[in-house]
Amino acid sequence: MTINWFKYSSPASFYPLAGKLIPVFMVLAIVLTLGGLYWGFFQTPDVLSDQKQYYRIIFVHIASAWMAMWLYVVMVFWAVLGLIFNTRLSYMFACATAVTGAIMTALSLWTGAFWGQTSWGTWWDWDPRMTTQLILLFLYMGYIALHSAIDDNRRADRASAVLAMVGLAIVPVIYYSINCPDPNACASLHQESSMERIETNIFIAIMTTVAGFWMYCFAVILMRTRNIILQRERKSSWVARLEALK
Amino acid sequence: MLKSFLAVLKRDLLLAMRRRSDIFTVLFFFIIVVSIFPLGVGFEKAMLQQIAPGIIWVAALLASTLALERIFANDFADGTLEQMLLTPQPLGVLVFAKILAHWLLTGLPLVLIAPLAALQYHLDFSTTLTMMSVLLIGTPVLSMVGAIGAALTLGLRGGGVLISLLVLPLYIPVLVYGAGAVAASMQGGISLQPYYLLLSAFLLLALVFAPWATAASLRISVE
Repeated sequence: MTINWFKYSSPASFYPLAGKLIPVFMVLAIVLTLGGLYWGFFQTPDVLSDQKQYYRIIFVHIASAWMAMWLYVVMVFWAVLGLIFNTRLSYMFACATAVTGAIMTALSLWTGAFWGQTSWGTWWDWDPRMTTQLILLFLYMGYIALHSAIDDNRRADRASAVLAMVGLAIVPVIYYSINCPDPNACASLHQESSMERIETNIFIAIMTTVAGFWMYCFAVILMRTRNIILQRERKSSWVARLEALK
Repeated sequence: MLKSFLAVLKRDLLLAMRRRSDIFTVLFFFIIVVSIFPLGVGFEKAMLQQIAPGIIWVAALLASTLALERIFANDFADGTLEQMLLTPQPLGVLVFAKILAHWLLTGLPLVLIAPLAALQYHLDFSTTLTMMSVLLIGTPVLSMVGAIGAALTLGLRGGGVLISLLVLPLYIPVLVYGAGAVAASMQGGISLQPYYLLLSAFLLLALVFAPWATAASLRISVE
């Protein structure tokens, strides 16, 4: 049996599929996010070292920060796929992902500021991770700005795809340079990851919330893609035949 | 290939020499930005020395983005660029010649004027030399990365501001190590070699990839 990999790459066949998937992802998103937050608020220790209750913002903070970084890779993936196969739908996906990614980045900075204020006593600090996240926001903004500045859809798609690729190539360099402004002192640079040391209940809550955010992003990106499809294909005959729009 | 490279380089330099005011605008923008900072933050010598590397580099970044729009804009307006895209010579080579000409006209003058800025900020002689050499390695990177942005925003409304938005985040590594080298040289006792090596690595990477990416962007924009 041969699989037709491009079956759903046409907007006309993808549109109804997305319509069926959105409710599934939305329900999963609500269940998982609410479940994760419930677990996080009521099943975890009240006092974590000296951070008291404030640390509970971690569930939204980590989930949005992960989504922010991951969605940039997803966006570049679809943009590159569009450049390779010249499929319109890939570009629409990339475009839809960029907005959600930017929102997630802003959300993680926002929740981070609240957490920072309660546990470090400052809204903002030039810590490497925060700075990288801020620059990620700039990269998303650049992508969206370039895309919306070009009227011709085809050129907008391809130009912003190139920009996204260049951005992805430079992101590791930016990350390294922020992490290590003095190359003489960076021989022993190591990235501190503390996921293994986290208390089990908190870990479960984080993972569930992250899964919920994943589902939410799927649902919202699919919804936005559907809107973009309708907008761009409004003159085609299959859109004119859609029952829902009559 | 070399012949077409030299021809484009010569043509761009000649065109710029016919309209020299363009070169001086960028140069004076740099000088003005560097000069008004002390008016805003005060004239204390120790503080000026401390903020000098960052300010001079940020001024160089801004001056570089300001000049970027001109790399391709005139050629695009009068149709020359379209003819370049049609030539049998590899576009990357022609683009590289244009970028080199642009750097000679906007980047190199900044390197040469940097000692003046160093005087304003009371930097000593060896720090000034470091500043000039890191600017010499760093500004070509700015021109090359910026050329990609210029090619992508060719002929758009508000292109100038858009270029800054796209390109400034990508300039961060050069800024960090460029300014870092100057600050390290001021402190003394720190090896400057890693800074030079990293900046040279950026330069080599940009040399390999930027002309090619710029050529691809031009094809998308002009199509």
